[in-house]
Amino acid sequence: MMLRKVIRFVQNEKLVPVYSSMLAIVAGLLVGFVILLLLNPSQSIQAFFTMLFAGLSNGPTSIGNVIYFASPIILTGLSVGFAFRTGLFNIGATGQLLTGGYIALLIGIRTTVFGPFTWLIALICAAITGALWSVIPGLLKMYKGVHEVVTTIMMNYVALFLVNFLVKQTIYNNLKNESLPAPADAVIPKFGLDHIFVNSNVQGGVFIAILMVIIIYVILNKTVFGFELKSVGYNKHASKYAGINVKLRGLQALMISGAIAGTAGAVIYLSDSLTFLKVQNTLPTQGFMGISVALLGLNDPIGIVFSGLFFGYLIVGGQKMQIFGLSPEVIDIITGMIVYFSALAIVFQNAAKRIFRMKAVDE
Amino acid sequence: MRNTLRMKHITKIFPGIVANDDITFELRHGEVHSLLGENGAGKSTLMSVLFGIYKPEQGDIELNGKTVEILGPNHAYQLGIGMVHQHFKLVRTFTVLENIILGIEDTKFGLITKEDARKRVLELSRKYNLNIDPDAKISEITVGMQQRVEILKILYRDAEIMIFDEPTAVLTPQEIKELIEIIKRFKKEGKSIVFISHKLDEIMSVSDRITVLRHGKNMGTFDAANTTKHKLSKQMVGRDIESPKLNTKPHLGEVALSVEHLSYTSKASGKPILNDVSFSVRKGEIVSIAGIDGNGQTELVYALTGLLQHDSGDIILNNESIGHETTRNRTLAGMAHIPEDRHKHGLVLEFPLEYNLVLQEYFTDRFQTKGFLRFDTIRQHAYDLIQDYDIRSARGPITNTRSMSGGNQQKAILAREISRSSDVLISVQPTRGLDVGAIEYVHKRLINLRNSGKAVLLVSLEIEEVMNISDRILIIYEGEITGELYPNTTSMQEIGLYMSGAKRGG
Ligand SMILES: Nc1ncnc2c1ncn2[C@@H]1O[C@H](COP(=O)(O)OP(=O)(O)OP(=O)(O)O)[C@@H](O)[C@H]1O
Ligand SMILES: [Mg+2]
Repeated sequence: MMLRKVIRFVQNEKLVPVYSSMLAIVAGLLVGFVILLLLNPSQSIQAFFTMLFAGLSNGPTSIGNVIYFASPIILTGLSVGFAFRTGLFNIGATGQLLTGGYIALLIGIRTTVFGPFTWLIALICAAITGALWSVIPGLLKMYKGVHEVVTTIMMNYVALFLVNFLVKQTIYNNLKNESLPAPADAVIPKFGLDHIFVNSNVQGGVFIAILMVIIIYVILNKTVFGFELKSVGYNKHASKYAGINVKLRGLQALMISGAIAGTAGAVIYLSDSLTFLKVQNTLPTQGFMGISVALLGLNDPIGIVFSGLFFGYLIVGGQKMQIFGLSPEVIDIITGMIVYFSALAIVFQNAAKRIFRMKAVDE
Repeated sequence: MRNTLRMKHITKIFPGIVANDDITFELRHGEVHSLLGENGAGKSTLMSVLFGIYKPEQGDIELNGKTVEILGPNHAYQLGIGMVHQHFKLVRTFTVLENIILGIEDTKFGLITKEDARKRVLELSRKYNLNIDPDAKISEITVGMQQRVEILKILYRDAEIMIFDEPTAVLTPQEIKELIEIIKRFKKEGKSIVFISHKLDEIMSVSDRITVLRHGKNMGTFDAANTTKHKLSKQMVGRDIESPKLNTKPHLGEVALSVEHLSYTSKASGKPILNDVSFSVRKGEIVSIAGIDGNGQTELVYALTGLLQHDSGDIILNNESIGHETTRNRTLAGMAHIPEDRHKHGLVLEFPLEYNLVLQEYFTDRFQTKGFLRFDTIRQHAYDLIQDYDIRSARGPITNTRSMSGGNQQKAILAREISRSSDVLISVQPTRGLDVGAIEYVHKRLINLRNSGKAVLLVSLEIEEVMNISDRILIIYEGEITGELYPNTTSMQEIGLYMSGAKRGG
């Protein structure tokens, strides 16, 4: 009886994409194992299991670190995934994150009037900045038909060099070639998280991430506005026929996506875990990571939480690879493989269908 | 005669529905075998099983005496089975030739060589009078031509068994005649053909045998020579079909829709599309716009509904100018629209059925409060329309719209647009792809609307439909209204002359 129920639940068609994501993860990890085997044959098994369990090995401390790494990429993943649901491919989360993060730090470091609420004001301004940063690609797309992939990528580099310049002008620490640290009032409060996950880097940003996920989930699934956004994402012609202002909704969608990425910037830099805005010539990784998170999370807000946590978990594992003389970039390869496999989702979906149907026949 | 193909006891189940229920179907060498059945009877599904798209839960397929398991479309091609789908599957940005060879390109040193392919395509095109330009882009050719590309695609793969899934639904009457000739030619060469259509005339003229499906079951196979249209339609729906006609004089009310000197020139080509079009529709009448496809009907409807901005002239709805209003405002002012292309404009295929049923009303207070959707009323609305309009689907309101049969998708649009009881209904080829029972039903609904004092503008390519259910017929030719006729004082022949431009005025 019970088994029946479980099987019926397992066979639910809606779960097929979830299985395919899980299969992609397994396949990616297997490839990762092969790579470890090639790089360091004698210790490969040990390295592999260290990587797999590092996110739990030190109990609350490890978990706290996983949450710490996951929070910003859940947000960038949400940014990309939300845009995707509305038919837009926002590659510009990086730029929106940088500009948002900079404004957050600027307000955090240079204002005192808001006292203990400085972080909140900084956070809100980061979201606004991220939104504004995506207005240009939005307008170009809606009124000139320029594809957002091109414009948002270009805006990433504009953001990088602009922010480098502005950091030097306003909140610079010459000794370290990076920004000044966020003062206590500008750090997002942890509401006791640091007492649960002792000795970890955990930050209050995770609350922001969860809050944003809930907001986006509600917008997409419960509101008239979300109905229109999804409609435009699926079929512009039918949306126009139904009287939806397709151009305006597209612009709004890109701005919301930008706002989410902007808060990711605030979540990264409004912290006391020694993350500073560095003056450098490479883009921060969390932006592009968002694409992977969204892809594995099937562009679904809840799925993105899980895939963000999973990638955070892998990052923690990657840091342990140095013990075995391997660089943490091994994780990037594995992450890449997983994304690659989830892009092959159709193959896995068919495989998943077959596997789970076969089980049912056995029953 | 030997059987080329036997599908034995095929059962195909989708969640919530048995689409094919123990169907046995035989195809002889060199015959045209038609499949007839209501919308959702399982015709496309059965053929998709044959083409390897779906795996049946039960049943075998026997090809030339041997049992085969068809693994997928490519495997089907290898076995000599080709299919022209109800909705085409072409890459719009590729050329005709590229689409034909897609997936089986010849290569030399890893590069695609098209020369041999081009020669063969041209040869095939000449042999069957298909008149194809191999270098034209798909996006630039007509729907009729796209279909020929699909046909060439399966010829190029040496199909001996050819499946045509509702090939005529998207064609003009002239193109249909040509297609029937092409199919007869294939038959003469010994190819075996499955032909699906809702139009009994076509079926009678082209088939050797006819199999009728109903609710997923085989109701019998008949020799075309020994049956009649009447018998077939009775088998198909289980009752007699009448074609409803207008038999009362219209109770004309005030003018509901009036079009004044409307002109439009294509931005892309600079060609004039609509030239000084003026007419009006009163409450309580059905006015048809008849014409051969491509004479400006599409643009006229787009202009009326706000999908396109005309250059000059005006549109008056209930005494108010709406020529420059948004589509939404026109909808709110009392306009309903059954669009020509149901997949492009009519439906968001990824949405569940219940969302599509509120696509024109989700923003009203009935379906939302303070910006939040009211799922309970949306669901109830869906149940009501499904019941009233007999929309068949696997899972009711939550059915994914894409998975519904073509005819039932059309019914969903009809239900949505007619049920809003707007003052003016603009309805473009509303019966395209519907079975005879459903056509009867739609015609009755349109007549009811008229009798209840609504204005109906019917755009149709079918003279018979136009003759049967209009109070007044306007002929459109090269973007102009060239004639105004009345069904009881004109004839099909006369309408034909007007449509071809041979006659005007009057
Ligand atoms: N992929 C699918 N998933 C779920 N249900 C499906 C799917 N394809 C078809 N169905 C259902 O199976 C039934 C048969 O559909 P099918 O497309 O074979 O009908 P049809 O006879 O071709 O109708 P039409 O004349 O309207 O094209 C329908 O009720 C349809 O909703
Ligand atoms: Mg069909």
